[in-house]
This record gives sequence, structure tokens and C-alpha cells, in this order.
Amino acid sequence: MTRRQLLKRIMAHLDRPLLAGMAMLMAVSLLTLYSAGEHSWDRVMAQGANILVALVCMWIVANLPLHYLMRTAVPIYVVGMLLLLGVLTPLGVTSHGAKRWLNIGVATIQPSELMKIGVPLMMAWYFEKHEAALRMKNYFVAALLLLMPVGLIAKQPDLGTALLISASGFYVLFLAGLSWRVMVGMLVAAVASAPVMWKMMHEYQRHRIEMLLDPTQDALGKGYHTIQGMIAVGSGGIVGKGYLNGTQTHLDFLPERTTDFIFAVYSEEFGLVGNLILLAIYFFVIWRGFVITANASTYFTRLMAGSITLTFATYAFVNMGMVSGILPIVGVPLPLVSYGGTSMLTLLLGFGMLMSIQTHKKLVKT
Amino acid sequence: MNNRIELKNHQQEMFNFRLRLFIGMGFALLLLVLLLGRFFYLQVVRHGYYQTLAEKNRISVMPIVPNRGLILDRNGVVLAHNFSGYTLEITPSKVKDLPATIDALAKIVDIEPRDRKRFKKLQAESHDFETLMIRSRLSDEEVARFAAQQYRFPGVEIKARLFRDYPYSDKTAHLLGYIGRINQADQDRLEENDQAANYRGTDYIGKTGLEQYYEDELHGKTGIEQVEVDSAGRAVRILSRTPPVSGNTLILSIDAKLQEIAEQSFGDHRGALVAIDPGNGEVLAFVSKPGFDPSLFVDGIDADSWKDLNESLDHPLNNRVLRGQYPSGSTIKPFMALAGLYYKVRSPTQTISDPGYFTLPGSSHHYRDWKPGGHGMVDMFKSIVVSCDTYYYGLATELGIDRIFSYLSGFGFGKKTGIDLDGETSGLLPSQEWKQKHFKQKWYAGDTVSVGIGQGYSLVTPLQLAMATATLANGGIGYHPHLLMEVKNSSTGQVRKVDNPQAFDVRIDPENLDLVKRAMQAVTQPGGTAAQASAGAPYTIAGKTGTAQVVGMKQGEKYDASKLDERHRDHAWFIAFAPVDKPRIAIAVLVENGGHGGGTAAPIARRVMDYYLLGKVPDPVKVAEPAASAVPVVD
Repeated sequence: MTRRQLLKRIMAHLDRPLLAGMAMLMAVSLLTLYSAGEHSWDRVMAQGANILVALVCMWIVANLPLHYLMRTAVPIYVVGMLLLLGVLTPLGVTSHGAKRWLNIGVATIQPSELMKIGVPLMMAWYFEKHEAALRMKNYFVAALLLLMPVGLIAKQPDLGTALLISASGFYVLFLAGLSWRVMVGMLVAAVASAPVMWKMMHEYQRHRIEMLLDPTQDALGKGYHTIQGMIAVGSGGIVGKGYLNGTQTHLDFLPERTTDFIFAVYSEEFGLVGNLILLAIYFFVIWRGFVITANASTYFTRLMAGSITLTFATYAFVNMGMVSGILPIVGVPLPLVSYGGTSMLTLLLGFGMLMSIQTHKKLVKT
Repeated sequence: MNNRIELKNHQQEMFNFRLRLFIGMGFALLLLVLLLGRFFYLQVVRHGYYQTLAEKNRISVMPIVPNRGLILDRNGVVLAHNFSGYTLEITPSKVKDLPATIDALAKIVDIEPRDRKRFKKLQAESHDFETLMIRSRLSDEEVARFAAQQYRFPGVEIKARLFRDYPYSDKTAHLLGYIGRINQADQDRLEENDQAANYRGTDYIGKTGLEQYYEDELHGKTGIEQVEVDSAGRAVRILSRTPPVSGNTLILSIDAKLQEIAEQSFGDHRGALVAIDPGNGEVLAFVSKPGFDPSLFVDGIDADSWKDLNESLDHPLNNRVLRGQYPSGSTIKPFMALAGLYYKVRSPTQTISDPGYFTLPGSSHHYRDWKPGGHGMVDMFKSIVVSCDTYYYGLATELGIDRIFSYLSGFGFGKKTGIDLDGETSGLLPSQEWKQKHFKQKWYAGDTVSVGIGQGYSLVTPLQLAMATATLANGGIGYHPHLLMEVKNSSTGQVRKVDNPQAFDVRIDPENLDLVKRAMQAVTQPGGTAAQASAGAPYTIAGKTGTAQVVGMKQGEKYDASKLDERHRDHAWFIAFAPVDKPRIAIAVLVENGGHGGGTAAPIARRVMDYYLLGKVPDPVKVAEPAASAVPVVD
């Protein structure tokens, strides 16, 4: 095999436009991490390693034919549910007041991460099984498949992850044709139940919502993040303060500046122009996701691709919205940019599926 | 026909899906546009405002650490307070060559190997960007010397800080505990309780004792100062200030002088003493000997000092009052007597003949009385006065372990007393279930015999015995021992009395109570086991001596203190209350390896009562001699 053939073989199941968009976001990540990490290469190198590992996993998933993907739906979901239940047993690890982790002997894992993929996968699988004659009952069962893990995760408590998984599951329901009437009904019910929810919420969750309305109330605690994030973004202006010149960043004002608040660092140094470019890259990736969805050959792949794409858009929106002070701080990383191996892996597994959906469809007859 | 319908459906379905996908696309686009709008608002419309905040006037929100609350005794004597002093601190992330910097600093201020070790330990426990103390309590001269050369040491600074000081040092160490640097576990707990914001800037937190138990009262509320900082991060101007609220002052029921006298009365002995006001459960003195210097822990203890304290045979870190578990010895007898009367197993006048030992029916094993040859004819009154073992061997056997367990747990034995301190142990009041659970064995009649004289499986803490004594003194009405009497609000100055409601009632028949009290009073009079220590007291004392075996003896072996290693000698107990008719103070004293209770423990109690009831200060404080063979072996 020549080098050319090898390259061709490697690239066979990778979607080039999607890959190009991802590469640009990853470049932004490494660039910003260098600045956020006080000119140190440590975080940059570590993130590079995260990216490499995630890319290999993505490549493997992209090369799996679709029927393999479908077959994994039930096992992933069942294992995910068992792990979530496991968190409730004494093996669950409590940290910072939440029981989100599970000690499996060799390491501590966070089962809710697995469910970010497991839930939409299971729901799409379920709809595919009942595609021939979808009834109200099927939507109800699918909703149940969504609510069981979401309930367990919300109880940990991890409201941010619970909401994001709810969103990805809702997108599946929506694309599968959930009737408009039901959706309007749900919206009305949600608004009506808001006061009850407020009462059921944990003290710290209420606190976060209050802080969103008036961050100055708790300038030393949770409000501090919001205030400093807004100052960083706002002071960036149109063209930004210039690379490595962000004062908020370099005078230690910004908390969590390599993870959840990395956007504040970027925005302070590159300004509105930089933000426009970043939004454009995100739009490009999302647009490519929609194209892949529209061309997907089976019901399962359509639902899956649509959910992955919309969820990705939601993550990006929630993170930038929280840093710029229009959403509460829920601890969502900026997709493909924030430092962190787990989120990088979860996202790239999703992109691997998108690529598999795009590149395998000619082989599958429907 | 069929085919056409299916085809149409498929097309319809595809159309529906694409429509929804289109809506989804529109939704995603809407979100991005929303963000763009927000960015435009922040970065163009409000840019000037945020620019001002970030660029020209960099506003830093600084926490103002509140003063920690004081701890006073019942008369207002200060037991814990704060004083300000200077510390030399280093931020490792801002220092290029740390060892060289410290060496250079050592030429200007005094830095001892101990300081270096402590710094190393601190560094291992914290993040690099945190500011860590290398030296505390700098002299004015050292401050001046460093200030002149500060330019040479970027990342090193002098800070004015409040230090915690305990004037009574080791005398109150077990009671007050100490504060120490907030570590990761403390930090996690604070975040769990949503208190992390209130502890920003705070370096210390209560680690043990009252400092830990009443942390919430003592800490106060952190203030906020918004300051302008220049590009180097130095404060230029204060913009707004929310003052901190100091922690509340705790007023304890402890009498500091009483505590000091009690502590000194132990001399070189190890042991514990608790004095309680029987009428309300207020703890008047709380002594665990030896103590330790709490200031070692406040600054962060170095490895050598820790090793010394932790490995010392005297176990100075062990809070004996709270966690020391010992056989109660004969001090249990008044309570056993009450149990016998309550269940009508014994009448007050019923006598037994004591040949000097007790045997269970069908057994030849001799349970020996402490007095060879026995006490002759013994009724209940005499059994307490002379501490007759044989009487209680029989009484316990007739009561049976179930009734003993039930009655004694009414006095709080085998349970935590519920004092306002963490880490209390519950002693051990054995029962059939307990033995089954721990030894997988049934309860034997022989097990009951030794429980009757406070040996065998049973264990008590000094605090439990003090509470039980106070309850007996108070006619069966019991209170949980309590240390906090009042809380003085630091901002309003209001004093809030801490309620300590009656906790339980053992319901003792007045006639039975009177008999036991009279017998205990006779213990302190000529002919009783604690006569010597009580001689000449102008008030009446009720007491009971006790001896807790440290090493067991074989059948027929004789106890000879002079032949035993000092640490294998018996522990001496004395419980007492006074005045007998209207008790104002109840005491439990334990002297480890002190031999006989009347010889070493009772004199300590006498000094404490003399001060509390008469205001008499022992002068000079005499030290009780260890009871070796010089004192006759009595119990």
C-alpha cells in the first residue's frame, strides 16, 4: 500500500468539511489555552493529548457500519442506567455536595457523561424499531426512556447535565414527529409547574438562579464568576485587547479560565470580531451536521444525526450564554474548546457517528 | 394501490422530517444570533462601562475576614482571644527560585529549620498561587528590616494578621481544642454546606474541641471591599465596603480558676476530672491530663513536634474526659445499690455474711473481696461505706444482667452524654445482645458477677461517671453536660442564654436515695474509704472511691503495687458531690495508675470543692504522691 493509499484508507470514512470545522475549533482551543495558562505549555500539551485520544476514538466509530452502531444502543443504555443506579449505592462518591461519581476500583467515573450519548442513541433505536406504525404510546415510552436517567441525574444533583440530556432527548422526540399540540401542552405545564419546581430545587440551585438575576448579591461567591466573565467579554470591545493581553485573564480575575470560562479569555483578547469568527465556525459545523442529517438514509440515523447536531449547538449556546451572563452557571464546557478529556471524547464520539452516518449510507440499502 | 400509498406516506414523512429539521436549524441559528446580540451589547454598547471596570480601574473584590469570636469563662475570664501580629508570607507561583529566596530571607529575619519544615508541609497541601506563611509573629525590628529590602523579594510580603491565642494553653487544650489551617477536607465540607463564599480569605477553621463544635458561632460573616487595583494588582482606592461581622463571644460554664486548680492538683499524674453543677448540667471544670500546647497546631505543626506528641507514652493528645474508657471500679456501687432497691432484690436492712469471697452456686471459683477475710456482716449502708465487693457480687448475680443493663442505662452509662463537643465515645454497658454480637457467645453468670463491682466488660468515660454522679446528687433528675452557657452577639451586644433543659429522670424513691446518699456521706467520714481526704471540711461531702484494674490477677495472687510497673498500677477513681443536702457540685476524678481512689483521686476532688464552695485557693498547690505500698490497699 502506498502512502497515498494509506491516507485514502484513513480518510475514507471521515467527513472532510466537518473535520475542517472541528480542526478550526481545536486550533482556537490550543491558542486560547496558551494564553489562559499564563504562557505555559502544560495545558496546551495536555489538551493536545486529549484531542489525539478523542480523534482515534472518533475514527474507530466513523469506520463502524451503521448496524453496529444500532446494536450498541441497548447495551450502552442499560450499562449507563446500571452505573447511574450504582451511584446511589455506597460505591457512589460524593464531592462538593453532589453524588455524581462512581468508584469502580481502578478509577472514578461519571456515568452521566456516558448517558449524553446513550440516551439519544437508545431513543433513536426505539423509534427505528417502531417506525412502521408510530402511535402516541411510542412517544410516551421514548419519553420514559429519557426521563428515567434524567431523573437520576437531577437527583445527584447535577441539574446542568440533566437539562442538557433532556434537550438532546427532546430533539429526538421533536424530529421523530412529536405532535405540536403535545409540545405546546408540555410548555404550558412547565410554566405552570415552575413554582413547584422552585420549591423542590436544592438551595444552591435556587441560589444560582437568583445570582443570574442579580450577580452583585453574591459578589464573593457564585456571582463572582458571572461578574468577572461579563467584564472580560465587555472590555474586549470590537477588536479585543490582543492575544496574550487580556487583563482580566492575566491579573487573575477570571476563575476556571481554562475550562468553563475559556470563552471569556478568548473574547477579551479577540473582541467582537473574534467572537464573530468563532460563531461562524460553530455555524459552519452545525450547518454541516444538518446537511448530514438531511441526507441520512435511515430513520435511526436521521434522528441520531439531528440530535447530535442540535445538542452540539445547544452546548455552544449554553456555555457562551453563561459566560456572557444571559444563562445561569451550569458548568457546561465550550464544545471542542474548553480544556478537558471527557467532554472532548464525548463530543468526538458524536462526531464519529455523524461521519459514519455520512459515509456509510451508500452501503446500506433501505 | 398499496404501493402508492406507502410511497406517498414515505414522501410525506420525509417532508415532515425535513420541515422539522429546518425548524431545528432555524432554532440553532436563532440561538447564535441571540449570542451575537448579547456580544454586541456587551462589547459595543456597554464597552465603555466594562472597559472602565477592567482597564482603567481594575476592580478587585477583596474579602475582609471577620474577627473570630472570643471564648470566656463563666466569670468573663478570657480563654481564647485574638491578637494582631505580622507574618512573612510567600506566594510560590510568583517566586522563581524558592530555596534561594528562603535562604536570602533567612539572612534578614530569623527562619528556623522548624519554619522551613512547616512551610514545606504547607506547600504540599496547597496550590502554588496561594500565599503561604513562612514565619509568624515577626518582631517590629524584623518587619522594618524586611520592609527596607522588600524590592529584592518579589512574591514575598508582610501581612498583618490576627492570631488565636489561648492564655491557659495546655490547661484548656482538650476543652477548647484549636483552630488550624483550612485543608482540602475542610474546603470540601464548606462547599457542601454552601459556606465557601463566607470563608474566602479565611485561613483558619476550628479543628477540635469547642473551636470546632461552635465554628458557626465563632467565625462571623466575611465582609467585602471593592478596591481599585493598579496594573500590578496593588490596591489604590476603596470603592465600597461591606463591613465584616465578627464572630459571637462564647461564654462557657467553665470556671477558669477552678479549671486551673483542678489541673494543677494532678501534679505529674495523668488522668481526668469533670465537675458539673447537678442542678443544670453546666460543666464547671473539664480537665484531661496531660494537655498539650494548642499553639503548635494553630501555626501548623511540624513533623517532629507531631511525632513527639503522638508517640508519647502519656498520650497527651487523647482527650481522656471524652474518649478515655476505663472500668468504673467500685464507683458503680451506689448505682448498683439503687438498682437492688428499685427491683427489691435487696432491702436496706438485709445483711449478708462476707467471708472474703463469693462463689457462684455449683462453682468453686472464688471472686475475691478486696479485703482478705471479708467484712463480716454487711448491710447495704455498710456495703457502700467499706466498699464490700462480696455484697455486690451477690447483688449483681441476683439482679441479672438484663435488669442491671436496664437500670444503669437510665443513668446514661453505655451512651454518649450529649455534651457539646464532637468525638465522644460511649463507654460500654454490656448486655446479652452485645456479647452475642461481638463475641458470638452467650452471656455467662460469671460475666454478671464482675459487672457488679464495675469490672469485667463494663467501661465508662469520666464524663459519663460525672453525669451519673450529678444525676444521683440531683435525686435522679438528669441533664446533658453542657459547656456553653451564653452567647454574646458581637454586633448587638445582646446576650442569649443557652437552654439546657432537663434531659431525663431516673425516678428514685426518696427513701432509697436518702440511704445511698447517707452511705456515700459516711464514705468521707472516719471509717470510710475517703475519710482522710475529706477531714476537716466545713461542708458535707458524699463520695465513693474506686479502683480500676489495669492488669488482671490470677487466682490466689496478691496485688502489690510496689512490685508492679508504674503503668500497670490500678487507676484510681473518686466520685463526689457536695454539700450532701443541696448539692452544688458533682465531680468525677480519674487518676491513671494512681492506685487507690481515696489516696490520690479524692484529695484532688477536695481541692476543687474547697475552691468552688469556699473560694479557698490551695497554697501552694500540693501534689498528690503516687499511691504505692505506702498507702494500704483499700478500695
